[in-house]
Amino acid sequence: MDQKGVGIMEQPVVQARGIVKRYGHVTAIDHSDFELRKGEVLAVIGDNGAGKSSIVGAICGATIPDEGEILIEGKPVHFTSPIEARDMGIEIVYQNLALSPALSISDNMFTGREIRKEGWQGKYLRMLDNAAMEKFARDKLTELGLMTVQSIKQPVETLSGGQRQGVAVARAAAFATKFIIMDEPTAALGVKESRKVLELIQDVRARGIPIILISHNMPHVFEVADRIHIHRLGKRLCTIDPKDYTMSDAVAFMTGAKQPPEQDAG
Amino acid sequence: MSEPTTPARKGQDYEQVLDGSANEVAAFDVQHNTTLKRIQHLLHNNPTLVPVIVLVISLIAFGLIAGGKFFSAFNLSLILQQVSIIGILAAAQSLIILTAGIDLSVAAIMVLMSVVMGNLAVFAGVPSFFAIIVGLFGGVGAGLMNGWFITRIKLPPFITTLGTWSIFYALLLWLSGAQSIRGQDIDANAPFLKFFGASFDVSGARITLSSVLMIVVFVALCYMLNKTAWGRHVYAIGDDKEAADLSGIRTDRTLLSVYGLSGFICALAGWASIGRVGSISPQSFYEGNLDSITAVVIGGISLFGGRGSILGALFGALIVGVFRSGLRLSGVDVLWQVFAIGWLIIIAVAIDQWIRRVSA
Repeated sequence: MDQKGVGIMEQPVVQARGIVKRYGHVTAIDHSDFELRKGEVLAVIGDNGAGKSSIVGAICGATIPDEGEILIEGKPVHFTSPIEARDMGIEIVYQNLALSPALSISDNMFTGREIRKEGWQGKYLRMLDNAAMEKFARDKLTELGLMTVQSIKQPVETLSGGQRQGVAVARAAAFATKFIIMDEPTAALGVKESRKVLELIQDVRARGIPIILISHNMPHVFEVADRIHIHRLGKRLCTIDPKDYTMSDAVAFMTGAKQPPEQDAG
Repeated sequence: MSEPTTPARKGQDYEQVLDGSANEVAAFDVQHNTTLKRIQHLLHNNPTLVPVIVLVISLIAFGLIAGGKFFSAFNLSLILQQVSIIGILAAAQSLIILTAGIDLSVAAIMVLMSVVMGNLAVFAGVPSFFAIIVGLFGGVGAGLMNGWFITRIKLPPFITTLGTWSIFYALLLWLSGAQSIRGQDIDANAPFLKFFGASFDVSGARITLSSVLMIVVFVALCYMLNKTAWGRHVYAIGDDKEAADLSGIRTDRTLLSVYGLSGFICALAGWASIGRVGSISPQSFYEGNLDSITAVVIGGISLFGGRGSILGALFGALIVGVFRSGLRLSGVDVLWQVFAIGWLIIIAVAIDQWIRRVSA
């Protein structure tokens, strides 16, 4: 991922320009830009209240911007809900994971997009095809090296924190065709489990699906990110290459202790 | 989480020691050393087992105490008949409780719709069939009204249905003029309203159609809840509504359908109640909503939503019926029947809490 110059020429997966979002007198997003390129892990960092979640929310339908345009693979989009974004192949791994504890792993992977049986049972009786869903879930988890869970029918509440995170990531990876957004995926995890999630992120990137990673954990960000989007006071301050800067530089930019480098449009 | 494959960039310094650390996946001590623990686990996985066991034990106990009178086919079918209306209401109530809601207005919807059907068919001369259709649609409307307040105005279900309970009750008093419609009038003008009062005999047991309807309602709901995506969504909403929302379920639409369907089932119970009671009385089933909640709770469906099987509510209703019948046949005063049901509720909820404390 060192071809800096080439990346600009290629059409970005997401390109947002001049996004504005106001809540009453508060401007959460102030003419901010955003860009996600093919096959990259883009980390989004910023102080609390800088508007990281708002800007990422704008490209996945969670927040509806007041101004600005969003292009996904070059086509303008106007999402009004995360469900619309999801229908386009944009998956989100929420910080709270959005799993239903009492439902099984395979049920959770398919909530909202269940597979029905073929033929009259599915058509008229709307019967679910559990076998097909369980097979799919098992395959996806195995692909990501997560099959330590005893059974795909196990309720999610019986899994450890890392395993749950794994289920949520597997769900996103299984259905994402455009990109995946991960909100603080390692915040609640121990050292070993965080490591596993970072490996998962690299696995998913290796499949060519770009990832937007919102995180406060600088070591993790610097380890997996190809570019870092630094958000400050409601707008993109700059994007940096983690290989050119240190963590303290990033923190200094993010908190305003240091001026960002001069930048071209990218 | 097999052997960690060496990633391109090996993590942070402090993580280097991980190579030396234990590599097997955290294993939980799976020995459930005590029998009690094992039972707790079994029940956690099969929440309907509790009401089934209680039902079997109480059948055996009352069989021993009250003897042959109790265990006769006739008495058992009589219990089925007696619980049929509350059973159907409990089915409607279960749907709502599974979504972590509660509906205090089920019985009011039921009686209101039976009054609507009666007024139209007996007094207005509308053909029974159409009167029933209007009543059933009215039930859907009443349910949707609850659902609308809950999903659009975001009122808590308890408050919403506390309000609509009064509203529906006042409406039914107004429509009926607080007067019952006598059985003879129904027989003369609209006998079809009493359809579910008809019965047939099977080797000494008298099965009424209302009992059959109850079973059909439970089987249909059981199918919908366990075999369709809609059912999954109902459970997911009760489990964690926010998570359900985020994982792409249109929760408000599903909730609305739950309340509409529940209203429909209440109206169906209203039709069945005309046959069961033989007349249409605005004062009947005043405590029906509480009785339905009792059946649901005894049936092991969690009041916090998302857990339990709809069949539990059927067993819950049957347990109440068995207790009433058994205690009566044993010559126990009615007040002690009420006393016993009260204890059943508390024990059922205590067991539910105990099962939930299981750590897998």
